[in-house]
Amino acid sequence: MKPVFMRYTKNDIINFVVLLVIGFLVVPNFIQSDYWYTSILLPWLCLTLAALGQNIVMGYTGQLSLGAAGFMCAGAYACYNMMLRIQDMPFLGALVLSGLIAAGLGIIFGLPSLRIRGIYLMVATLASQFFIVWVIDKFGWFKNYDVSGSTTFQKIFISGVAFTNGKMMYLLVLAIVIVLTLLAINMARGSTGRNWMAVRDMDIAAESMGVSLLKTKLQAFAINAFLCGISGVLYTYTYLKSAEPFAAFNISLSFKIMFMAIIGGLGTISGAFIGAAFILLFPVVLNAIGNNVFHGMIDATIISSIEQVVFGGLIITLMIFEPLGFAKLWETLKQKVIKTKS
Amino acid sequence: MVDSILFFFEVLVGGLLSGTMYSLVALGFVLIYKASSTFNFAQGAMVFFAVLSFCGFMEYGMPFAVAFIAVVFLMIIVGLLTERLVLRPLMNQSEDTVLMATIGLGFVLEGLAQAKWGVEVRKLSLGIGDFPIPWIADNLKLFISALDLTAGFVALGMIVLLTLLFKYTKIGLGLRAVADDPGAASSIGIPLKHIMLLVWSTAGVVALVAGMMWGARAGVQFALIELALKALPVLIIGGFSSIPGAIVGGLLVGAVEKVLEVYIGPFFKGGIEAWAPYMLSILFLLYRPEGLFGEKIIRRV
Amino acid sequence: MPLKKKSIKAKKKKSMVDNRKFKIGKPILEVKNISLSFGGVKAITNISFNVLKHEIRAIIGPNGAGKSSMLNCINGIYKPQEGKVILNGEEIKPITPNIMSQKGISRTFQNLALFKRMSVLDNILVGRKLHTKSNFFEVAFQFPRALKEEKFNREKCEEIIKFLEIENIKNTEVGKLPYGLQKKVELGRALATEAPILLLDEPMAGMNVEEKRDMCRFILKVNDELGTTIVLIEHDMGVVMDISDRVVVLDYGKIIGDDIPDVVRADQKVIDAYLGVAHG
Repeated sequence: MKPVFMRYTKNDIINFVVLLVIGFLVVPNFIQSDYWYTSILLPWLCLTLAALGQNIVMGYTGQLSLGAAGFMCAGAYACYNMMLRIQDMPFLGALVLSGLIAAGLGIIFGLPSLRIRGIYLMVATLASQFFIVWVIDKFGWFKNYDVSGSTTFQKIFISGVAFTNGKMMYLLVLAIVIVLTLLAINMARGSTGRNWMAVRDMDIAAESMGVSLLKTKLQAFAINAFLCGISGVLYTYTYLKSAEPFAAFNISLSFKIMFMAIIGGLGTISGAFIGAAFILLFPVVLNAIGNNVFHGMIDATIISSIEQVVFGGLIITLMIFEPLGFAKLWETLKQKVIKTKS
Repeated sequence: MVDSILFFFEVLVGGLLSGTMYSLVALGFVLIYKASSTFNFAQGAMVFFAVLSFCGFMEYGMPFAVAFIAVVFLMIIVGLLTERLVLRPLMNQSEDTVLMATIGLGFVLEGLAQAKWGVEVRKLSLGIGDFPIPWIADNLKLFISALDLTAGFVALGMIVLLTLLFKYTKIGLGLRAVADDPGAASSIGIPLKHIMLLVWSTAGVVALVAGMMWGARAGVQFALIELALKALPVLIIGGFSSIPGAIVGGLLVGAVEKVLEVYIGPFFKGGIEAWAPYMLSILFLLYRPEGLFGEKIIRRV
Repeated sequence: MPLKKKSIKAKKKKSMVDNRKFKIGKPILEVKNISLSFGGVKAITNISFNVLKHEIRAIIGPNGAGKSSMLNCINGIYKPQEGKVILNGEEIKPITPNIMSQKGISRTFQNLALFKRMSVLDNILVGRKLHTKSNFFEVAFQFPRALKEEKFNREKCEEIIKFLEIENIKNTEVGKLPYGLQKKVELGRALATEAPILLLDEPMAGMNVEEKRDMCRFILKVNDELGTTIVLIEHDMGVVMDISDRVVVLDYGKIIGDDIPDVVRADQKVIDAYLGVAHG
């Protein structure tokens, strides 16, 4: 396949157009139930962004990090306060600024990565998780001194258009996700991504080639936190609508996002989408089976326990047989199908 | 003045003693790390799994001792399966891959325990109350919880036992050999399998004891997992491969978080305990990445 | 005799007779009184030598003589306790791999340090890092400069791939290649930096005679056509004597010889070291 433009192959462009048509034409025309938008598509798209960030820092750059929820929390509350305190603040402006604020925090909490790796780094990044959420929760200013402790996030208006119902919010989030994913793809396939992977695969050699570990690692942490920040804004504004920091952005969410990146496929962009879909949809499917096949005879807590066992077991299995996750399995499958056809 | 000094000591001792509980969890990590160079992220989940099963067995009507032995056997089975199904297939994989697999293992254990025993909070009574010991309160004017003190002694006992095991027995020697170079150790006839089995079962017992201490104090519940997570900063501070490190790290974390919580916490509506250990571990990482007692790692190219 | 000439005869001798395009010049790289120890164990003791511009300089010595440690000190991976490294008459301080790469020293590693999960082409492209000016933002938004650089870098790397005769594997994941090919890729990555000085750590280790001959040819060609100064460590004495201009011999972390190949070859101390005569 000859490259048409830079590193986009003809195949890439076909895939992209097909996805655009499905996302913007097929879905809005065929899915009318609000449930699908507000309970499935929106959380999926929002968390995909966080998983994408996690994948960049962990899958591409090889830095174990477990603090996604902290950066999401920072993004969400940065946006909330900007919308609250700055008159006529445009939502998209606040969104980008929130991402940048989260990115700044990402750089600060990514600093330990310069000296440590592996589980050490993971523990250090846990600090971001617990510290950021604590600050936002304990300093009333961030929550505008709401006595209930929870925050109701503003409604989204962009140049007078209300993005309040499921379908409209879906279209908005989808557009944002597509733009950010494209940027991520460009970076991952270009010199930026090569630097990330070089640091991941052999840091000393990367350094000897002139790749600065400092810059590359912090860059990955910043981009991760940026994406998590944006994800946090969208997650709260379109999906949760109101939230308490400790409840919404706990360590389980960070684990979930990490699992999305691992199960989907470390070091792949599509993995973020696949992983987020799996982690979000599997419980839905499991609950549906519990309700419809066993007619609620199985306790909801047992179902959630089974879910944990499955996620954990899946991670072990993938680590043993295919550390590159579902995205790689999908590729292999596709190639087998093509081979058998020809 | 005297009162405030006494109060400080009380806080400090309370912190140190509750720190031994972190040490107990950390001890399990260290054991497995020493024997197989694996960061067993699932140790926290093992604590939860062990003590929840213990409660479950007690609810079946088993006497204390029988339930204890039953859980020990259960933990040996868990260890065996883990070694066979998770660690062996990942033998030559990178550290990070194995670490991620043990994170998965943690989730499996948590899920299994809850699926079997349910999610409600259980009270575990060891016959030792979480209240001040009268004698100490009367004579030294220090309020120190009996449970904390017991936990402290139990931790101390475990440490002494494990240190003796490691340092002075043939098994311990084999263990250290395996940790150093599994291939070489097995080629001179050290039974790798038995050693691994032994280590995982010991880690299982340590997990059970730690879980019982925690359970008696905070109830047997899912939140234990988050508490057990604090064993990670403890390990970083003490060094992953050092038993004394786990102890000192635990004490340090316990004391620092308690003192911060009591003296600075009120200005921020509390909750400092949630992040203090992690921040402390970052500080340590900056100045002593190998931990207090860890061996300095020289990277060869 | 271990020092017997091997069959690899390249066109070196001819080029020695002053018809090389890049005449050997002044010292470009000097190491002075370098000592390195690992926790009390001395790896290198008080080593000084220089490398002249455009020459091929070999470091030889038996196993554990400190050859690799020497290279690692030059490029800042190990931090020697004593001594300095002078590049183009200027002392470099501090010495880190990153700074050294910017000052024009590129290298390969003894035990291969490739980016295993990346393709051959991508590996070599990383070598273009210092010739890439566009930042992540420009790359993300595909600014013209980023596109232009990427295109140019790719062309450069394709040239190197062609030069090294590895076109057929350029899209293969490096980790899946046999050892000999990986060594070639590593050389390619070092070449992509266009650094004036190359440090090659046993570039021919584990290769068969044919592969070695190829590798020699590449090294000589790089030196001849680009004038790249080359410092190489090699085990195979025959190879070294054929292609290098001057040789440093290390044994037990000390210099026991430093001269042109013919002199070194005849030196009794060197012969003893290679034959393993007991140290008295």
